[in-house]
Parts: sequence; C-alpha cells; structure tokens
Amino acid sequence: MYPPRFQYEAPATVEEAIALLGDGNGDAKVLAGGQSLIPMLKLRFAAPTLLVDINNIAGLDYHRVDPDGTLRIGALCRHEHLEKSALIADNYPTIAAAAPLVADPIVRTRGTFVGSICHADPQGDWAACAIALNANLVVQGPSGRRSIAARDFVHGPFETALAADEIAVEAVIPAANGTARGGYLKLERRIGDFATAGVAVSLDIVDHRVERAGIALVGVGPQTIDARDAAEALQGSVLTSTTIEQAASLAAQAAQPRSDHRGSASYKRHIVQTFTSRILTSIHGPSREAA
Amino acid sequence: MSSLFNEVVPERTDGVPTRRVTITVNGEQHTADVEPRLLLAHLLRQGLRLTGTHTGCDTTNCGACTVLFDGRPVKSCTMLAVQADGHEVTTVEGLATASALHPIQEGFKDEHGLQCGFCTPGMMMSAKALLAENPDPTEDEIRWALSGNLCRCTGYQNIVKAVMWAAHKMQDQESEEVS
Repeated sequence: MYPPRFQYEAPATVEEAIALLGDGNGDAKVLAGGQSLIPMLKLRFAAPTLLVDINNIAGLDYHRVDPDGTLRIGALCRHEHLEKSALIADNYPTIAAAAPLVADPIVRTRGTFVGSICHADPQGDWAACAIALNANLVVQGPSGRRSIAARDFVHGPFETALAADEIAVEAVIPAANGTARGGYLKLERRIGDFATAGVAVSLDIVDHRVERAGIALVGVGPQTIDARDAAEALQGSVLTSTTIEQAASLAAQAAQPRSDHRGSASYKRHIVQTFTSRILTSIHGPSREAA
Repeated sequence: MSSLFNEVVPERTDGVPTRRVTITVNGEQHTADVEPRLLLAHLLRQGLRLTGTHTGCDTTNCGACTVLFDGRPVKSCTMLAVQADGHEVTTVEGLATASALHPIQEGFKDEHGLQCGFCTPGMMMSAKALLAENPDPTEDEIRWALSGNLCRCTGYQNIVKAVMWAAHKMQDQESEEVS
C-alpha cells in the first residue's frame, strides 16, 4: 500500500514547522513517530496535502525533571526512551507500568509519548496516563505557547484541542504532592492489538492518605475517559478494601463500553473494575506493611 | 540511480516533486530521488533490490519488514524513505559476510527457527537489536523482544532457541577474541 501523494517538509525549527502548518490551511499534519499516521495514510483514513516532519528538529527528544520535580517530556521522546529510563522507573510508577505495554517493541522505537496523545485514539495508552497524572500539554502556535490540561486536550475520538497551526511541543507532568504511586493495566488479545480495556491510576500519598488521585480509562468509550468520580472518592482517604472497592465500582460506572469482537460491554466494565481494584490493592499492600 | 519511484509506481507523471536522499544501507551509501510517499520498505525492495526485507501485513503489525535504523529496529513499511536521509539502515542482507553466516543466521539454521521463512528476516533483525543491547538474554527477554514480530508457522519455540543459540555463539566468539 502507498500513502496518497503529499508535500513533504522537514523543517529544522519549531517556528518553521508552525509557519508550514499555517501554509497548509488546515490540511497539514505533523509527522513525529508516524506509527499511527503512516498506517492511516496507507489506509486512506488520512490524506493531508502536507506532512510536516518534525524529526529533524533538534532538542525535542528529551524527558527531564525540573528542580521542583516537574517532569517534562519533549515531542520526540520515544516510547522506548521512557521504557528504559531509570528516572521514570524510580519516580513515575504509572508511566513506568504503561511504557512496556505500548504497542510492541519495534513500534516503541519510533512512536512518541506526545504524538500518541495528539493522535487521541480512545484506545491509546498515554492519553489515559496523562489524564491520571494531571498532565498538561504545551502547544506552540504563531502567537506563542499555551498550556492545555490533558483532560481538556482530548475532545473526542481522534479529536484534540490542537489548532491547525499548532504543535504539541511538550507534556508537563506536575511534581507529586507526596509520594507518587500508581500503575497501569491493559488487557489486549495479543501484543500490539488495540486494548480491550485499560486503566491508568496515579496517586500522591502523604502519610497513607491520598492527597491527589487520577484515574483514566482506555478503550471503553468514544474517547479516553477521565474517571473523576472514582478519583474524587479516594481524595483525602486512606486506602482500605472498602475505599478501593468503592473507587473501582465508580470507575466501572464511568466506563462507556460497547460490545464488539474484543468482548461484551459488561465484560469490559468488569475488567475496568478489576483492574482499578488490582492497581489500588497493589499500592495499598506495601503502604500497609510500612504502617 | 535516478528516480526510484519510477520503478515503484509506473504511472508516475513528470512534475511530481521528488527529494534527493542519501542513505547508508549495509555500509554502502546510496543516493536516490524519491517521491516523499515512498516507504522505506519499498525503497529497499524495489529501489535497491534488497528483497530480503519482506512486506507482510503492511499495517505495522507483523514485523516482517523490520530493519535496523541507526541500530534500532523499525518497521520499514511504517517509515518514509525520505526520513532515512542521512541515516544508516541495516537489512538482513547486512548480516552475513561473504564467507560466513552471522551467528543469528546460523542459529536459525541449526535450531530450525523457520518453516516458511517469511517472518525470518524481521525476526533476525529484532534479534540483532536485542543481542546488541543484551548479549545474554533469558528466554523471557527474547520472547518480549520478539513480540513485535509475528510467525504463523513455528509457534515461536525454535525461534527462541535460535536466538539463544546465537547469543551463546556470539559470547563464545567474544571470549575467544579476548583470550
């Protein structure tokens, strides 16, 4: 299969890329890892007249922590950079749990964290992690930069708040208010398949009390679902089997699954409940021992 | 080599813009004018006649088209040839020398790591990337590293054994060189 014809530009700066996107009159696409965009071109799900390849822009492939603990992930940080990062393994349990489950090992060498969020596939792993982690997307356009909360960034299936002449240059994950705990679980029929269902959980814990909670759901609705009621139920509480089951039940209620070849709606809802409970229980276990 | 896309899409009319790219493939530098939509897999197969790289699913699932791009495995059906400009690509043809098979190829031969052979080039390139990073992998690590490559014949058992065989052989070679 061939992609449809397009004009191709590979600028060296973000500013040039933004100017090119402006010239594209809404019919241009940014090419980062290309692991979703290129198959979509080949399948004619997308036919932009202009591709702006950002891979030649230096200095976007970072992930680093500011002195105040804020994690910044640049637009060209590949999945495997996060998977192999000691910084992530030591401090960001939600991202560390999700990174090895994104697509397959070969796709992970090219695909990017920020690009996955911009793709806004309801079955994407990173949008759920970003929402659970209360992340922001920094987007740059002709008039400068603005910051959009991940939960507001994803508008619908494959739809985001990104304007036609804007590029998401960075994801910003705020420092944990306490100890960062969390996890990510995904059910897939085989590696590389789209998720049957997935759950991302991020908690900030101080003295066994949940200071902040974020829970987001993958593949169980028309877009990534921010299970805010479930997260709010945990806020200020101590993890016990009662609070865990309450949150898991609220997460399952937030899911909007549809029956398809990956499973029935009720099965997917059950998976959401089980995964939420399982992640919270795994967090609860060690902290109870410490008490 | 003038226009590779002529060979790939015969109906191409004049006036379609092409870009000149210079790519090092298996250590040899190639310059070609390509239409931007040409996929790396097609440049390798049709343009450079390196047909060892297979295109299977064409939708980023099967991994038959896996090549090394600056040393890391990529699915060459999911990359544009223009993106390889200035980069190094290694295909399965780059494994063997004129006189000897690569230990990974020997392993696949000795351990019967293939039946129909369609997935084998991609399997071997993923294995090469794994062993470069992790010369002594466990069975589990091999299975995870090859999880982006699908095989419909073998049930994977002998592929895993083949990679293990290659790992041991490469370690033996290394220790011989040291001693």
